Amino acid sequence: MEGTAVLGGLTPVEQRAPGRWQIGEVRAIVDETPRVKSFRIALPMWMPHLPGQHYDVRLTAPDGYRAQRSYSVASSPLDEGEIELTIDRLEDGEVSPYFHDVVVVGDQVEVRGPFTSYFVWRGESPVLLVGGGSGVVPLMAMLRHKRRAMPDVRMSLVYSVRHADDVIYRDELGDDAFLTFTREPPVGWSRHTGHIDAALIAEVGIERGSAFVCGSNGFVESASSLLLDAGFEPGEIRTERFGPTG
Amino acid sequence: MGSPDDESRFVSRGFTGRRRTLEQEAERLPPGQYAERGFPVLTAGPTPAVESDAWGFRIDGMVSNERELTWDEFSHLPFEDIPCDIHCVTKWSKLGTRFGGVSVDVLLDGVEPHGDYAMAYSYGGYTTNLPLADLTGAKAWVVTEHEGEPLPREHGGPARLLVPHLYFWKSAKWVAGLRIMDHDEPGFWEQNGYHIRGDPWKEQRYWGD
Repeated sequence: MEGTAVLGGLTPVEQRAPGRWQIGEVRAIVDETPRVKSFRIALPMWMPHLPGQHYDVRLTAPDGYRAQRSYSVASSPLDEGEIELTIDRLEDGEVSPYFHDVVVVGDQVEVRGPFTSYFVWRGESPVLLVGGGSGVVPLMAMLRHKRRAMPDVRMSLVYSVRHADDVIYRDELGDDAFLTFTREPPVGWSRHTGHIDAALIAEVGIERGSAFVCGSNGFVESASSLLLDAGFEPGEIRTERFGPTG
Repeated sequence: MGSPDDESRFVSRGFTGRRRTLEQEAERLPPGQYAERGFPVLTAGPTPAVESDAWGFRIDGMVSNERELTWDEFSHLPFEDIPCDIHCVTKWSKLGTRFGGVSVDVLLDGVEPHGDYAMAYSYGGYTTNLPLADLTGAKAWVVTEHEGEPLPREHGGPARLLVPHLYFWKSAKWVAGLRIMDHDEPGFWEQNGYHIRGDPWKEQRYWGD
């Protein structure tokens, strides 16, 4: 395992329980798309997460007013001491606009996690990941971790976005990623356009195994029906849906 | 809002809270929740398709008399209008909504449970555990209507459990029955990181809360 030596500088294991609020420090911010940013946060009580897990974020105003939201971790648990949260800016939201408009490198943010163990990849193979919009975030944690920890595992990502400039993690999508644009593809795009369909699933060539589907409710409903039609059993398909949160 | 770690002096730099809840709503919001106007969907897996004429409801396990109801039999039971607030562990609450259904007190009539716990189970395999005390005393229902309309499939139609005083994962969608047990045992989300009881006013979201 890479990086086990780093553990010396961290909080002792017995204090690194999931669920305790801790103050992290923002170490880097990446502009992924015009409305999506990734925040790399160093944690004093970091512990390894399972790819797919989430953290809760809590904001506190000077008068004690608080707001909480959950965000999926985008990074591999091999990034010791840090997590990356990718946050979609929702116009009428409260927490995501704060991250986008206020937070700068060096700021402190209060978080706790990692949480829940259903929508997580534990090394099953083969794996089909299907993401819509920012639903790609927990899937990216799985893909990044697979590439570093288990490169021989068969894992492919089917990723649906609306416009050419909506592609999160653009520079990390390789031969294992199958993109489709539902509204406006980039100039010169000659591959799949429109909603994910049976032809795109067939092109990936994974008909059984584990599937992880994440996106809006409508996206998850239609994508999971396609996977059922393609031969997946209901119990092989794990889903995570997001409604309007922010 | 009292929570055990209110002593912490941490303030988020530059955060003022631009989406504060109206005063009259604030006291109906448990800690860490915000008021959502829509009705988001949270389901762990594909949505099961259950037609109402194929739906049935069972009460089994440690009981004197098992009970099994068809859709038709269920629809002849005393039907209530249930105004309530619902609270999802993913932080949204929906205030001032209403469901229609049958009280679990009515469903348990004549069953004679011999245990203090129940596992609710659903079409599609979902389970969630509840103490019987959280299911009785006019606190829980099996509902088939939302806002006067048949309960939509994505929200658990034709029928779901409704336990509004606990986080909403306890209100099992596509509910098929209750198994009475003499001990508490974690259901689906309770095995996967969520709290064994899930009281939103105590912010019992995750293991250890």
